[in-house]
Amino acid sequence: MNPILQRLRRELFANPLDGAISIGLITAISIAAAAILHWALFQARWAVIQANSTLFAVGRYPSDQQWRLWLLTALLASATGLSWGLLRATPRADRPARLWPRNDRLAVLVLLALAVLVPLGLGLQPAIQLRWWLLTALLLGLRWAAGRWALRLPAIVLRLVPLLWPLLYLVGMVLISGGLGLVQVPPSEWGGLLLTLLQASFAILLCFPLGVLLALGRRSDLPLLRWSSVLYIEFIRGSPLITLLFLGQNILGFLLPGGIAPERVWRAASVLTPFAAAYVAEAVRSGLAAVPAGQLEAARSLGLPLPQSLIHVVLPQAMRVAMPATVSQFISLLHDTTLLSLIGMLELLGTARTVMANPAYLGRNAEVYLVLAVLFWCCCAALGLGSRALETRLNPNPPQRANAKA
Amino acid sequence: MPAAVTPWWRNRRLIPWLAQAAAGLVLLVLVAFLLGNLVRNLTAAGLLLSWGWIDNPAGFDIAETLLPFQADMPYWRALLAGLVNTLRVVVVGLVGATLLGTLVGVAAFSSNGLLRRLARIYVEVIRNIPLLLQLVFWYFVVFLALPGGSAAIQLPGVVLAKSGLYLGSPELVNGQWQAPLRFTVEFSALLTGLVVYTAAFIAEVVRGGVAAVPRGQWEAARSLGFSHLQMLQRIVLPQALRVIVPGLNSQYISLAKNSSLAVACGYTDLYSVAETTLNQTGRAVEVVLILLGSYLLINLVISALMNGLNALVQLRER
Repeated sequence: MNPILQRLRRELFANPLDGAISIGLITAISIAAAAILHWALFQARWAVIQANSTLFAVGRYPSDQQWRLWLLTALLASATGLSWGLLRATPRADRPARLWPRNDRLAVLVLLALAVLVPLGLGLQPAIQLRWWLLTALLLGLRWAAGRWALRLPAIVLRLVPLLWPLLYLVGMVLISGGLGLVQVPPSEWGGLLLTLLQASFAILLCFPLGVLLALGRRSDLPLLRWSSVLYIEFIRGSPLITLLFLGQNILGFLLPGGIAPERVWRAASVLTPFAAAYVAEAVRSGLAAVPAGQLEAARSLGLPLPQSLIHVVLPQAMRVAMPATVSQFISLLHDTTLLSLIGMLELLGTARTVMANPAYLGRNAEVYLVLAVLFWCCCAALGLGSRALETRLNPNPPQRANAKA
Repeated sequence: MPAAVTPWWRNRRLIPWLAQAAAGLVLLVLVAFLLGNLVRNLTAAGLLLSWGWIDNPAGFDIAETLLPFQADMPYWRALLAGLVNTLRVVVVGLVGATLLGTLVGVAAFSSNGLLRRLARIYVEVIRNIPLLLQLVFWYFVVFLALPGGSAAIQLPGVVLAKSGLYLGSPELVNGQWQAPLRFTVEFSALLTGLVVYTAAFIAEVVRGGVAAVPRGQWEAARSLGFSHLQMLQRIVLPQALRVIVPGLNSQYISLAKNSSLAVACGYTDLYSVAETTLNQTGRAVEVVLILLGSYLLINLVISALMNGLNALVQLRER
């Protein structure tokens, strides 16, 4: 019999009960799929997304200043292309470099498809559509060029490439908020995806070192450090984020001299970061617990001072174990940015609410929420995939491939 | 040669204590600075900590309460009614999420490939979409779009209409559904959202627990002639529970915390009563203290109950 048919039979119709379940499920899935398809093609009015795509992307960012965001996107695309190419061109410990592994070819195909389909689907103006195509071309072109020629560059240049990212973050903050000769754009005008990504990236960057410190504090021998870390972590983990945001909006102003509260955006960020740090601390702590005590003792007996033995011996091993849990905390941090809409900020979900308050788009909830859900799902799935790839890359004992064994 | 005296700055016993004293001093100064500002600013605003306002009449109404409440009752009664509403959705949600999560988690071990994959897809889709987005989706897209009157969705003993969920032989009286047990749309949407979301996490906990039972246990049970049900009930579940219960604890706590998103579905829980109270009285510190204290209490109760359960299912050595 045909192997595919055989497999189908084994998986779906192994016994009468399985057969009945399969038939029921297949019927239910087909009915649901048909209903959803019918709705998406004939009943849904996607104009609400097409007409508001700028609002969803950047909020009320002034349109004559939006070139700064395009420039930032171009810089990000170039940095991504460059790092990606270099990563593939560098030989690895366990095997020589492979310039175009299968995953990369797949990623290029997905990128090209997105670059063509998304602007078309959103019905963007031709000029903006062209910009997206140029950005994609820039990314892929640099990826190709870096993979091909970057290794001929002097080693010192190659070592400086990772520094590009923190530099880019600073440049990005200047580009977004203004200063240094650029017109100021106050945080109250940032919105949509821009605000979501800003809040998430800001909190992710800052919560990580804070979380590592808290985790080390919790495992410290010094009772004062240990108990204050425990108290802090358990207090944060015991309270819902919304009440902490509420605290930030209403009490933070009272805690500073003169009762001056910072801008709403920074008030929210100053709650999100310490909140996420407590959860990251727990993830890192599980990693620290997995490092045998002998490692620290060995490092100390070699004469390394405590900070150096932690940085060079314990933390690298702990982080490898803690990475999946840490990334899943980052993902839930990205989810948690939606709570900012409840305190009146116009990030993605907040923007969606204002759009649907517009009488022209009344009752278009399903379309908007569905698009947001797909967007969030893709971001989170991408983060998860990246984390798994990094996990295999960081594994010091990579699993032997079947063909390498022979 | 006399032994060199260790200078005090290299003394292995002294250094940690000095470090701690320094850290403690920094912490103390920081806390004193913040508290000092707080007291100064609150005094300037005339809002220094006091609890007299809590006996004043609230003046706002709560749409649905388990604890009877009217607008002329004091603030503490309003907050208590909010707390009871929170507890109501948490308790029902815990039961629902456990049932659904167990079903989905066990479905991952089904011999039916389609069912296995559906369980996987359910978990992956639900866990990667923010809960708040799911809640507004359930409320605005699903529950508010339900038909009313005789067009409502009718199942034996259950009616799902625009005006709410009716249980226990509902009847249509003058175009209005009536039944012994009625849940509002807001409560139903919040409950559905919380149950569907938490069940995805519980399913992973259950799957992990069942996967942790060694294969040999299944095989031994089968070779002893146990039926499939007996095998699950007597051999696999008691062992899986030891792994599952600690994992359930943190999922239950996160459900309790997530119930504070009720405000997105228009359900009046503790948080939304507290928000209204703050807007009316301006008593920020007291209201935040009440909020944090209540959630802490709920978490402690859940943890205590789950620790008791954990002690029951753990292996008792002789």
